[in-house]
Amino acid sequence: MLIFEQSRAGRCNRAQLPSSQAAHSALPERFLRKTEPALPEVSEMQTVRHYTRLSQKNFSIDTHFYPLGSCTMKYNPRACNTLAMQGAFLGQHPHAPVGMIQGFLACLYDLQQILAELSGMRGVCLTPMAGAQGEFAGVAMMRAYHLARGDNERTELLVPDAAHGTNPASATMCGLSVREIPTLVNGDMDIAALKVALGPRTAGIMLTNPSTLGVFERQIAEISALVHEAGGLLYYDGANLNAILGKVRPGDMGFDVIHINLHKTFSTPHGGGGPGSGPVAVSERLLPFLPIPRVAYDGSSYRWIAEQECLHTIGRLSAFMGNAGILLRAYIYARLLGREGMERVADFSTLNANYIMARLKQAGFDVAYAERRATHEFIITLQRQAQELGVNAADFGKRLLDHGYHTPTIYFPLLVPECMLIEPTETEAKETLDGFIAALISIKEEAECNAGLTKSAPLTLPVRRLDEVKAARELDLAWSAPHG
Amino acid sequence: MPFIPHTEDDIEQMLATIGAANIDALFDEIPAALRVDGLPGVPTTMSEAEVSRLMTQRAADVQRPLCFVGAGAYDHHIPAAVWEIATRGEFYSAYTPYQAEASQGTLQLLYEYQSMMTALTALDVSNASLYDGASALAEAILMAVRCNRKSKSKRILMPTTVHPLYRKVVRTIVLSQGIELVELPYDACGGTILAAALSEHEGSDITALVIPTPNFFGALEEVDTLTDWAHQQDAQVIALVNPTSLALLKPPGEWGHKGADIACGEGQPLGIPLAGGGPYFGFMCCKKAHVRQMPGRIVGATLDLQGKRGFTLTLQAREQHIRRSKATSNICTNQGLMVTAATIYMALLGREGLVRCAAACHDNAVALVDRLTAIDGISKVFDQPFFHEAVIRFERPVAGLLEQLAEQNILAGYALQGDYPELENCLLVCATEQRNAADIETFAKHLQQIIGSH
Repeated sequence: MLIFEQSRAGRCNRAQLPSSQAAHSALPERFLRKTEPALPEVSEMQTVRHYTRLSQKNFSIDTHFYPLGSCTMKYNPRACNTLAMQGAFLGQHPHAPVGMIQGFLACLYDLQQILAELSGMRGVCLTPMAGAQGEFAGVAMMRAYHLARGDNERTELLVPDAAHGTNPASATMCGLSVREIPTLVNGDMDIAALKVALGPRTAGIMLTNPSTLGVFERQIAEISALVHEAGGLLYYDGANLNAILGKVRPGDMGFDVIHINLHKTFSTPHGGGGPGSGPVAVSERLLPFLPIPRVAYDGSSYRWIAEQECLHTIGRLSAFMGNAGILLRAYIYARLLGREGMERVADFSTLNANYIMARLKQAGFDVAYAERRATHEFIITLQRQAQELGVNAADFGKRLLDHGYHTPTIYFPLLVPECMLIEPTETEAKETLDGFIAALISIKEEAECNAGLTKSAPLTLPVRRLDEVKAARELDLAWSAPHG
Repeated sequence: MPFIPHTEDDIEQMLATIGAANIDALFDEIPAALRVDGLPGVPTTMSEAEVSRLMTQRAADVQRPLCFVGAGAYDHHIPAAVWEIATRGEFYSAYTPYQAEASQGTLQLLYEYQSMMTALTALDVSNASLYDGASALAEAILMAVRCNRKSKSKRILMPTTVHPLYRKVVRTIVLSQGIELVELPYDACGGTILAAALSEHEGSDITALVIPTPNFFGALEEVDTLTDWAHQQDAQVIALVNPTSLALLKPPGEWGHKGADIACGEGQPLGIPLAGGGPYFGFMCCKKAHVRQMPGRIVGATLDLQGKRGFTLTLQAREQHIRRSKATSNICTNQGLMVTAATIYMALLGREGLVRCAAACHDNAVALVDRLTAIDGISKVFDQPFFHEAVIRFERPVAGLLEQLAEQNILAGYALQGDYPELENCLLVCATEQRNAADIETFAKHLQQIIGSH
């Protein structure tokens, strides 16, 4: 039932009514609404019970294993939430003078330093509010760099064909056009095609490394040299940073700019679709273009870097300090891990991925790029099952839900048909991985003898498969009171 | 190591299954020349108890003043149940609801959120959130350009009564897309859009007009006249509104004869803590005809294969993961958890609660302005009615006053001269339902003392 369907006219949660002492002051009629807004009229207990029950209809990391490729659904430590939600942090107004918020600024400054260090970059801006906004900021800085040099023709951004959809979309938002670079059958970039594409119109290239194919781009040093020689810059999409934390740094690979998804590598909550956080870090040459605000430290106190100090900045991306509370959570996580913990992140996320890959191979699943080492994630393709049994990757994914495992990323990357991109993360224990592997094997066996059952999954969730065509054709996007 | 569950036995067995000698062998595809030996510049690991001590100290180094600042972020009461429920692991640690059957909780909540926002704005549809108010305005402008096919100019009329930081964000986001932002000055008496400035643009190709109300000065714009004027010019109307105020004020869908086309704004007043500036969330609503141009995620109701009602993300063909470079926006992750809190907030306050909250904000702000302007040397600057913020002028620079009041633990307001040089010695002050008569008196007394002792 919807909260609106529990509403009764005249019911009111009196505990939440303000106790205004001021005299009523009427506004002129022309500014006022004629009828009160149709918000629900429910008791506090109804509300609490309703949303608690709704929460129980969700999968979440706290309740389920989420092997979602390129999403890094690792444990979100409770301490990060509790310590970031201290009253002093929650109560601070964004316009508060810096003298009142030194403790908060200290955390942000430390986080800037930590991110610069682990990415091998020179400067950091924490404000981008998600990976996609980090991408926008990064590409906008690349564009600003070229324009500042009078290099006005560099309007083409190279993107591998396996790239995440936000990459080309961000390029468009920055007024750049996109040129796709094909991938070789071994998962590495087609260098010959790259050489053809590079030229005086090249603004740069956007890469995820390890790529969305779950393999490390071995030719990165050569790619970096070629792009720089052609006058372009290199953008590192940090979606897969978890795989290389403490092993290799984007700055050392030759990248000029990186965004870091704190809601992936730094374990801030996904919250059912955000808030994310996508700080950007840059090399020396892009320092002048970093967005604002940023935090500076003069040895005794912290302050905001003034706009006037940043003549070439691409500007502001949010009204205030990005997703500040998420930055605090990431900072707390970084301090809990420390350098020792961070170096182990890549170790164990990679161990877990290679273990599942080896077991699934043994069980007769087709692994894409099987001759390659898996990074923190890898791909299986269910094309054979789709062709022979009529059971596709989506069916496997839905059936996994019945077994208590969230569906891995499916149908992405687009290069591999009927694919499942599996990323276990470092925080999952071997028993959980074994359970997941057993579930996939049992679904494969079920599909071989009872495909109809597999295709009708899920059977045990709050709803069965939903009619998405109907949802899009007969749009019902908001509740309205029944007539009469 | 923190949060890594592997035992030595596990590691041994797993490596044997993989056929690798040790964990380091798993990284053999990374060229050796690029490898680093750890992260010596990152601080060393700490236990939860140690980090708790550190963060408690840091929090102690943050003051909690009596707040009379608004200027884009508002100090409202947040019912205890809001964050108790929003931080339940099932909401807090859930992924984006792409797998609808495993995400009915989040999806139904988003559908309810969309329903609440359409009720507040009197528009047909709402998306499931954008990053914040400022970026929502930028997205609304890009959307208006897509919606207004009659207009070729990509010219947006942007009043200077829009929040100065929002105007900066809009510039950052839209300028590389060939959009022209034309500033509209404000009326020095009313503090609202100068009507005479509009006539300059009469008959020219305008893509959209932004109407902020309450505007940055707290003043209420003449929304009906402005909306009708814009529609006569075939321009789209983008309403930039405060969601709390909509419980009281005429909703964008009812402005003028045809209503605003798009409404957007900052969702923070709906149960989101000030938290130093974020995370907040941006909201966006529009007329049904424009829904396919809307950025961000949208949830729809549908039926499952047994005819039971369920909820799913819909119209995904607009989005980056399908349309890539042709998408309506690059937005992917948005502010789901903040919307979770806002939905619970709106349900907890309910119809009467939000109306009473809005009324209390207005009453308190009027009381604040009346009390402060009763002090010798303080005057009200604009005569247009306001919601819960207003501009007052002093007879001397405000920087020193703000500092002295901060020493008394009072955040006295937002100094306007930096953004509006003509508004020298002016302060934007705000009172929400949280500021009672005693708070206002405390503020006034300190102010009187400081001014008197000068």
